[in-house]
Amino acid sequence: MQAVSRLRGFWPGMITARSNSNRSSDRLLYWLLVPVFVVSILPIVRLGFEGVMVGGVPSFDYFRDVLGNGSTWQATANSLYTAGLGTIISLLIGGSFAFLVALTDVRAKAALVFCFMIPMMIPPQITALSWVQLTGPSSALLNAFGIAPAMGSPQPLYSAEGIALLLGIQHASIVFLTLRANLRMLPREQIEAARLAGARGGRLWWQIILPLTSPGLIAGTAMAFVTALGNFGITAMLGIPANYATLPTLIYQKLAGFGPSVLGEVSVLAMLIGAIAICGVALHHRLLSKRDYRLMGMVGRPLDIRLGARRPMIEGILWTVLVAILVVPLLALIATSLVPAFGVKLNFDNYSFAAFREVLFVQPSTARAFQNSFMLSVGAAVTLVLVCLPLAYVMVRRPSRLTKLINLLVEVPYALPGVVLAIACILLFIRIPLLDVSLYGTLGIIFIAYLARFLVIALRPVMNSFSQLDPALEEAAQACGAGLGRRLRDILLPLAAPSAAAGALLVFLTAFNELTVSALLWASGNETLGVLIFNLDDSGDTVLASAVAVMVVLVVIALMSCFQLASRRLPKGVVPWQT
Amino acid sequence: MADINLSRITKSFGDYRAVNQVSLDIADGEFVALLGPSGCGKTTLLRLLAGFEEPDGGVISLGGQVVADPQSNIMVTPEMRNLGIVFQSYALWPHMSVARNVGYPLEVRGLGRAERDHKIKAALDTVALGPYADRSPTELSGGQRQRVALARCLVMEPRAVLLDEPLANLDVHLRETMQQAFLDFHRRTGATMIYVTHDQAEAMAMADRIAVMDKGHIRQMAAPETLYREPADLMVAGFVGAGAVLPISNVSITDDRTCSVRLGDTDVAARICPNFVRNRAAAHAGQAGICLRPEDVWVDDAGALRGSVEDCVYLGGRFRLSVRIGQDRDHVLPVYANRRARIGENVGLKVSDGWVFDRMQGEAA
Ligand SMILES: Nc1ncnc2c1ncn2[C@@H]1O[C@H](COP(=O)(O)OP(=O)(O)OP(=O)(O)O)[C@@H](O)[C@H]1O
Ligand SMILES: [Mg+2]
Repeated sequence: MQAVSRLRGFWPGMITARSNSNRSSDRLLYWLLVPVFVVSILPIVRLGFEGVMVGGVPSFDYFRDVLGNGSTWQATANSLYTAGLGTIISLLIGGSFAFLVALTDVRAKAALVFCFMIPMMIPPQITALSWVQLTGPSSALLNAFGIAPAMGSPQPLYSAEGIALLLGIQHASIVFLTLRANLRMLPREQIEAARLAGARGGRLWWQIILPLTSPGLIAGTAMAFVTALGNFGITAMLGIPANYATLPTLIYQKLAGFGPSVLGEVSVLAMLIGAIAICGVALHHRLLSKRDYRLMGMVGRPLDIRLGARRPMIEGILWTVLVAILVVPLLALIATSLVPAFGVKLNFDNYSFAAFREVLFVQPSTARAFQNSFMLSVGAAVTLVLVCLPLAYVMVRRPSRLTKLINLLVEVPYALPGVVLAIACILLFIRIPLLDVSLYGTLGIIFIAYLARFLVIALRPVMNSFSQLDPALEEAAQACGAGLGRRLRDILLPLAAPSAAAGALLVFLTAFNELTVSALLWASGNETLGVLIFNLDDSGDTVLASAVAVMVVLVVIALMSCFQLASRRLPKGVVPWQT
Repeated sequence: MADINLSRITKSFGDYRAVNQVSLDIADGEFVALLGPSGCGKTTLLRLLAGFEEPDGGVISLGGQVVADPQSNIMVTPEMRNLGIVFQSYALWPHMSVARNVGYPLEVRGLGRAERDHKIKAALDTVALGPYADRSPTELSGGQRQRVALARCLVMEPRAVLLDEPLANLDVHLRETMQQAFLDFHRRTGATMIYVTHDQAEAMAMADRIAVMDKGHIRQMAAPETLYREPADLMVAGFVGAGAVLPISNVSITDDRTCSVRLGDTDVAARICPNFVRNRAAAHAGQAGICLRPEDVWVDDAGALRGSVEDCVYLGGRFRLSVRIGQDRDHVLPVYANRRARIGENVGLKVSDGWVFDRMQGEAA
């Protein structure tokens, strides 16, 4: 037995080629880049093709037209301003929540985290809708209390800062989840060492905790920025009434125009957004590459910095913020779903569940949409996590010029407005060459578009946690004789499970009521929840739309509760709101 | 078990040569310590052996089988080398219990449940951690974690065990216990062991042979007593053991092992490095130095070599003095004495033995 195991070491096939990146098992990993390329990069390339071909001949006419137009640059500046300001707001809210929840002794952490995840599950256009309803003169909720602003006064949210505020609130959970996964891996010794060295209060935060968690902070910031950049729901609902154009809304206006040059111009604008996103991500990588803060030592028990007398105050602030960003818009949404007709004042005598009855029992599309969205989002989350574990491994441990390029490019489908990705997918998959089948009008094309769009959400947290793992943990397994597949399964997967779960959850939540991608790709029978809500709202059934949105939130809360119940059987740290 | 041969191994990080033309031959069953100051390349050398780093040049073979040779495109992956390694940071997997950590190499090899449990139990008993099998490594003390790491390395019955400063994080008492545990293990199994440390006492106490490294080179590889009595160069003489190296100008060579040198106003009989004898030109070019160990020098009022006492420490049974000597008073010599001396007191010294070698040896590299 022993002789056999020793002999194995001298199997001629095991004597492999020279460079580290060429070991035989590693070469298999590179095959993974092929489907990633096909699904997430090829559609964009196909769309880019439209931008440089005018009437079948290569030309830069579209570039000249679009880039020479002042409105393009105005929209670019607006996009940068709203996305930048929104990111700062996300960072402030999500960052402080993550730090306080992960590192201090605030009470009811599980409840705080649970509630903090909910704003992300409300579709952006619903968020915008509810805030507009909330703050405007015709607010159902404010009118119920008689404190609505006077009729005819301007809606304060119809402004650049209003857009930024809602973008910030909407994406705070992204920063929160990324950072929290990172904070979980912080060994308490490193913070304790700093405290012993005399670091206290602000110094501890600024000089130790912040630098140690900077990879997570930077990753979260980059992701929030890119998400904000491509956001359509909020910028459209708030920007169009204020005549404030961003790149995504500009693209929509172009698409609405429908001329022979639409695709070409949209392609150029898409490249512009892609370029900004790539710049943001490149900056993120530059910042990260300068720091190799691998966390040495054991990932032990979480830290509980005592807040002392300030604890009740801090808890008060946390819950107040939560009420402001979650409960209030949710109440506005519920209030709207309960009014007998849109615009009618809600009071305790006239509320009605008619809208719920209508969407639940009369319209068959509701159940169908729930089923479709559920299948699509769960499927995308599971597939992406399975792909991202080995993919992140290649990117982190075997970096090459190719992986660096892919690393930047996977960001593009996420940064583009959903409708642009949808067009790109239609262009590529309307007739699959060779196979001669069309995916158009099937759930399949939505699924592929989701994979392309959300790959990066699942990938980033996993990459982040791989780059933080002490490499000795993997090397120890290697010395024990474990090949790459085994190491991935036995060592890296369980250690990265919290991040992978955070990524999967993010994918699920964003995909569950996604609208902008499926808006162009759905067909009758294939509608998603986002499409359903949008169509109802679009045809004037705002009350019905609100009712569906309320049910979406309730279903997601129910799903999260199931997770909670199953948490004892799942690996430690997988349920993000568990401590 | 297997013998290990390294021949002219070089490894650079950017422009910096962390390991430079290192050749080592380690016999089957030998216990070798790699000793050297921080940053000299010990860990890098160990990682080259284990296969985590690929050499830029040179050949590594285990038991006669070439495992790394960039010239012929040979690189056997770490998982195929069957070497056990104990990391300085322990590298225990926090998501597995102690028993599973230890049993993992067997799991990878596909051993049956019963056999695995049996071996895990035996390995844990060896390191006296039997009762901790079901704990998580996060719930163990530093020393216990270290022992789990050792047990994990032992169950796989590796061809050689590589240890990277395994005791650096432990307290003095536990260190001694663990040193004994390593030695017992070595005697019982006869495994080849390579032990990285920057603690010379630890290396001397445990190893059959010590390789002293500095700036990526191996300066000398020899048994501890040879290293102590006959250092090959200035770096080794200074790094290993107490003592001082004095520059000397007058060396009269008696035969190829002994000589007589002039120290102060007297002639002292000393041993001389045979290589140095062969290179007489250097011997007369003022490159000679004499290494004096504390036990070779005694305080004797009749002694011709004189100096002033800088420091006096009682060691139990005898005193150790630091005596400043030389024309410019620029050398401090540790010596033993039977009586207490005043600081500043002028004392005579008698030198009974010394080791003469080329002070410039290896400095050019
Ligand atoms: N991955 C790396 N990249 C660049 N330089 C490295 C790398 N690993 C080691 N070095 C450099 O190589 C030299 C030798 O490092 P090594 O870790 O082998 O030292 P060591 O002898 O083990 O020191 P210590 O006793 O402090 O552990 C050091 O100067 C170090 O800075
Ligand atoms: Mg080292």
